[in-house]
Amino acid sequence: MSAPQSRNIGPPLMNLVRFKGFPILQQLHLEEQLLRTSSENWCIVNDGTDDPTIVMGISGGAAELLDIKSVLRDGIPVIRRFTGGGTVIVDSGTVFVTLICNKEAVTGLQPYPRPIMFWSGLFYAKVFHGIGDFHLRENDYVFGTRKFGGNAQSITKNRWIHHTSFLWDYDVRNMAYLKHPKRAPEYRLARDHLEFVCRMKEYMPRAVFIDKTVEVLETDFSVRSIEPNGLASLLNTEFCPSTRLLTRQELEAVAFASQVESSLSLETTS
Amino acid sequence: MASRLLWASRAASYLRISVFNRGFASVVKDLKYADSHEWVKVEGTSATVGITDHAQDHLGDVVYVELPEVGASVSQGDSFGAVESVKASSDIYSPVSGKVVEVNEELNTSPGLVNASPYENGWIMKVEIGNTSEVNNLMDSDKYSKFCEEEDAKH
Repeated sequence: MSAPQSRNIGPPLMNLVRFKGFPILQQLHLEEQLLRTSSENWCIVNDGTDDPTIVMGISGGAAELLDIKSVLRDGIPVIRRFTGGGTVIVDSGTVFVTLICNKEAVTGLQPYPRPIMFWSGLFYAKVFHGIGDFHLRENDYVFGTRKFGGNAQSITKNRWIHHTSFLWDYDVRNMAYLKHPKRAPEYRLARDHLEFVCRMKEYMPRAVFIDKTVEVLETDFSVRSIEPNGLASLLNTEFCPSTRLLTRQELEAVAFASQVESSLSLETTS
Repeated sequence: MASRLLWASRAASYLRISVFNRGFASVVKDLKYADSHEWVKVEGTSATVGITDHAQDHLGDVVYVELPEVGASVSQGDSFGAVESVKASSDIYSPVSGKVVEVNEELNTSPGLVNASPYENGWIMKVEIGNTSEVNNLMDSDKYSKFCEEEDAKH
């Protein structure tokens, strides 16, 4: 973790690690560890994850966000991650891009949530230049009024992470596991999931998106590719991430509590 | 400076809204402040901790506060929880060392108190401190005000 960075000589160094089908839980553990224990800048690109998995933000409540009955019935894993933001169901159709940076990595960028989010919007405006009607809209990436990228961030004393789940494609059936969230952006206008989101595959080839992202990264940073299997020696095996898989028992307890609550509210209204 | 101004103006025009904080923040005279933007009010060996007006203003609307557990030990400069705003969880750091004796449960249902009343109703935890001299490592209100001005001027 202590490879010297070439400060003040050209652009800052950015380590780039590319995965294909890396399980999302392991990816989040890796990201949390790189945020908290490394002193270098990292970009992680993961082209799809394995089985469909629900990922909630740090404050995510399963009862409020998930159709818990169908999640339990189909055995869908549920993760609570270390960053803020909303809930997403990810699978092989999701492309993940993560930036983990020191506070000094981007000149003039104040290390607070809004400036980081806005900077990311400028970064991806370059990636999607000439493609669709790209905007950062209420912290989401959209083409027009339809969302295709969900963001989440975490900020420590000296570093920050900004990560995005890009909906390259999605299985309509999986959207039924998610409830309409109480905290929804205004531009959603009460649209259901299918009217609110769009597929990136309708706008550009998957490989072009990833190549273009790396190309834009190279305009701001001095990019060094690191092979995924070269990471193990850099990581501290003692690290204990806060991101975790919720247990079946926890989800069953949520389902039971929701059932009790709805029968009580039925009793009061009858 | 030129590149910073360019970045700011490009960001503002791209988003078509003002992205910047209001440019001033209140401080309270008798409190002590950490460079990570937490305040502490020390009364004997009891310390009340929260985040400053400058912090809440820069963080944006707080939608969740991750509180420490009562009985947990905290150390000066170490993270003891997080606040969530604008899709981001931001670590918060304890300005003193000791044992958590009370947390502000109100924040579980009204996290926005951190924005609305950072120095009073938005307090986060109370700590029984072991070593009161640690407070000398913190800034007073005048020094903290200057520190905030300097921090904002850098960006």
